[in-house]
Amino acid sequence: MSFDALVPSAIDGLMLGFVYGLAAMGLTLIFGVMRVINLSHGPVIALGMYVVYVLFTGVGVNPYIGLIAALVIGLAFGIAVYLVAVDRVIDQPELTTLLATFSVNLMIIGIATAVFTTTPRAVDISLGSVGTGNVTILGTHVVAVVVAMVVAATLYAFLFRSRIGKSIRAVANNRAAAELMGIDSRRMLALSFGIGTALAMLSGGLLATLFAFTPLSGGTYEVKSFVIVVLGGLGNPSGALIGGIVLGLLEGVSTVVIPVSWVPVFEYAIFILILLVRPSGLFGSRT
Amino acid sequence: MNGIRVGGIVLALIGLLAAACGGVATPAPVAKKLIIGFTASQTGAQNVASSKQTEGIKLWVDDVTKAGGIKLKDGTVLMPEIKFYDDESKTDRVQALYTKLINDDKVDFLLSPYSSGLVKAAAVVSEQNAKVMITAGGADDATMEQGFQNIYQVYAPASRYLTGAIDLMLKLDPSIKKVAIVSEKDSFSVSVVTAAKPYAESKGLQVVVNQGYDTGTTDFAPFINQIVAAAPDAIIGGGHLPDGTTLAKQLAEKKVTARFVALLVAPPETTFADIGDAALSIVGPSQWEPQTKYSADAAKSLNIAYYGPANADFIKSYTAMFKADPTYHSAGGYAAGLTLQKAIEDAGGTDPAKVRAALDKMDFMTFYGRIKFSTDPKTHGKQTIHEMVYVQWQKGSDGKLAKQIVWPTEAKSADAQLRK
Amino acid sequence: MIRYRIPFLPVVAVIIAAVAALPIVIGSPSLREELFLVFMLVTLASSINIIMGYTGYVSFGHIVFFGLGGYFAFYLMQVQGWHFLFALIASAFPASLIALLIGIPILRLRGAYFALATVGINEAMRTAINNFEPFGGAVGMFFNFSIYLQYGGAKSAAVLAYYTMVLIAIATIGTSYAIKRSKFGLSLMAIREDQDVAMVVGIDPARAKVTAYVISSFFPALAGATFFFKNGIIEPGHAFDLIRSIESLVMVVLGGIGTVAGPIVGAAVYEWLRSFLITSSALANFQLFLAGLLLLVVVLFVKSGLVGWLRNRFPMLRSYIP
Repeated sequence: MSFDALVPSAIDGLMLGFVYGLAAMGLTLIFGVMRVINLSHGPVIALGMYVVYVLFTGVGVNPYIGLIAALVIGLAFGIAVYLVAVDRVIDQPELTTLLATFSVNLMIIGIATAVFTTTPRAVDISLGSVGTGNVTILGTHVVAVVVAMVVAATLYAFLFRSRIGKSIRAVANNRAAAELMGIDSRRMLALSFGIGTALAMLSGGLLATLFAFTPLSGGTYEVKSFVIVVLGGLGNPSGALIGGIVLGLLEGVSTVVIPVSWVPVFEYAIFILILLVRPSGLFGSRT
Repeated sequence: MNGIRVGGIVLALIGLLAAACGGVATPAPVAKKLIIGFTASQTGAQNVASSKQTEGIKLWVDDVTKAGGIKLKDGTVLMPEIKFYDDESKTDRVQALYTKLINDDKVDFLLSPYSSGLVKAAAVVSEQNAKVMITAGGADDATMEQGFQNIYQVYAPASRYLTGAIDLMLKLDPSIKKVAIVSEKDSFSVSVVTAAKPYAESKGLQVVVNQGYDTGTTDFAPFINQIVAAAPDAIIGGGHLPDGTTLAKQLAEKKVTARFVALLVAPPETTFADIGDAALSIVGPSQWEPQTKYSADAAKSLNIAYYGPANADFIKSYTAMFKADPTYHSAGGYAAGLTLQKAIEDAGGTDPAKVRAALDKMDFMTFYGRIKFSTDPKTHGKQTIHEMVYVQWQKGSDGKLAKQIVWPTEAKSADAQLRK
Repeated sequence: MIRYRIPFLPVVAVIIAAVAALPIVIGSPSLREELFLVFMLVTLASSINIIMGYTGYVSFGHIVFFGLGGYFAFYLMQVQGWHFLFALIASAFPASLIALLIGIPILRLRGAYFALATVGINEAMRTAINNFEPFGGAVGMFFNFSIYLQYGGAKSAAVLAYYTMVLIAIATIGTSYAIKRSKFGLSLMAIREDQDVAMVVGIDPARAKVTAYVISSFFPALAGATFFFKNGIIEPGHAFDLIRSIESLVMVVLGGIGTVAGPIVGAAVYEWLRSFLITSSALANFQLFLAGLLLLVVVLFVKSGLVGWLRNRFPMLRSYIP
């Protein structure tokens, strides 16, 4: 194919990869802390898109300010979902929690399609672009990368420097022992679920500034998140970010070599392969 | 358990006939309901264009009702009544709902959804139940080459969509040599490109990019990067409204310089201009535009009948009823209704066999253009004679974007311009 | 040993036959269409129950076999000109063969990894066929209408498809029942409870799991072939619809995981709900919300589903409702 397109495609992919990584971090955090695969991850990403959209078109709030709302709403929503759907079945076999989070998935999509319909929506902002020759980088993409990096760094500081963050890691490590040390594990679990959801919503909000969407758009990003989480190691947030960047890069580069519609096939194949060969991911899981 | 049954109820008002040999007494009309069913994409990706089509159909019903109904030779009067559901732009909904329309709502005739993919799904159900369906919004050639007996296509087929654009392009700038084709992978767009690519090559053009994107794509960066790398003089393709609009927008954002850009379906829609300057100089094929000149006089010179309202009247009643400009999707919907009406009048009733025979014989003109169907068994019902026009968005003297017809030259309202 | 006083299978077969005959007797095409869908869902749900209910492996992407059966059969009918019934039988074998080839590696995975892998398989198949031109690619395939002539017209073809689906449903239930009563079924349930202990007792888990998976892939393939034969069109997104896959899962959980009657009840209830909501789009999307809500309530409170709850509450019924 055309190698002149290689550099711009790689750059585009790389930048998108940061946003993918951000989304995946939410998923992997939840799994790391409570061994639950959150199947409501996709619709939550879509919800983040709509939060930013509604604030932007309804009240005129700048989408980047809207991201903060997405974060806060995500946190509250995540805690609520945990308490209602997950808490009761947290110690039960995986199938149960899988189905519980999946039921939340169906409910979110059902309500969102009923309220917003599947008509594509878009957040129309333009921050200009910069570039030379074949490479044009859009301002919105640059901002997305910056936001993703800032949030990832903040999450890291939170998990490793703050007291609550350390409590969460303690619960992730050994729930019974953490309780013995006086940590209210239930509260920490709810909080982690909330943070995971908040991260997903935030990435959704960022994606809204880049592309058009419907309530079903979360689906593709959910699967990408699974691929990334498996790539980076289940429960490993830094692995998720790196995995996201790797996937984004891979996507970008492969469009130069194979027809674009084959890229998803390629991605899913890698996914299955990694599950079979090295389920602990490229970086090893922290579980 | 299953939903609502709407029977066709005949209300009879029998007036007294004056006796007498040859007495021409107008009996008080016997008004019967004519139930016409279809699905509309009130939600989903096809929402905007489909709503325009539904508005066209509604306007037709309104006009017929105001004129007193469809009057048959034997004095019966048919009052059209539409029944439609939201198909959410999904084929499985279309099939389930058309089955419902036919079996439960007991419709007399069918119109189609908007967009070739959905029309194909509806056609299968309609044909399986031997119900006559007039399609608007479905240009795909393949659907009309399946040997259907009951489906009649009002849109000019997809194979004609971009061939005219290529002619326009070469007339505008004969130095154009390299063309990139980026189109949606659905039956309509594939039909268009299957005809356009060989046509372009036959004119000596070199197709440097030929890629398809999946329906629902919102990120065209990979394609645009390939386009930029291949440096074509012209870009043609697209698919439907949401993707076409996004593609145009991203081409501008990425500062792609191509002297000629032609996209399907999106440019003739008024909402296309929402993307601002990105819409400038983009060309699009259209089944009808407000500036077209199909009229009773034109019909007379061709020795065929003219049927329905004049162009100006259509635009006026549409704008009055919907407070917006009509697009070719609206015109298509109205034309489908008109076609059905004329067929029923010609057939003298609603008997499907007679209506089909009437449709097979038709060759007439409306504000929308000329309509005639193929009677060849392999392509039965395909539109044979309707012509496309091509529009381009240009900045008027007031600095605002406006749609102009730029091709064919006999129909144009402004000269075509190259894209900067 | 459990003794069944009333033979479940013949009774169920009679009931199904009676229900199936109803639309023919009263001459209602719309009821027939409705029941066609119900029997299809019963087939899907019962099949998933074999791998999920008995063996404990949640196959999220099970619909892949439905799609494969549909595509193989469609190809044989449209491109090679085969008769529906031959294409039907022929389509299930490649689908089950693929199940065998996929099953061997992925059934080594446990729990959540397996579930994710099945999603990956479905999506990989969907996107691959999306690009596969002999199967029509993204546009899919559709019947040249004259194909229906050999069945006496489209309407007769629909009736043929209906009867076929009824038979497929009965066959699926019969197989499910036979498995449950057999030693093979016991070994599956042992694997579900504790795979390591099962190995100690002498069960070969790999072989048992793969056999169950292959069996569970056969009937969805048949159902898919029949469904798309009637539809006249097949497209990748429609054939490998993950939502439909999940819905059949919900039906099994709703009705009662691991029981034979559960999937039947679950499918019937769910489809009744859906048809009730189909005419309005706002309500139709609400249907998905309701599905989720139902699933959550069942998972949180009534884990064994409707039939399971009945069996727990009234132990006497156990012999009548397996």
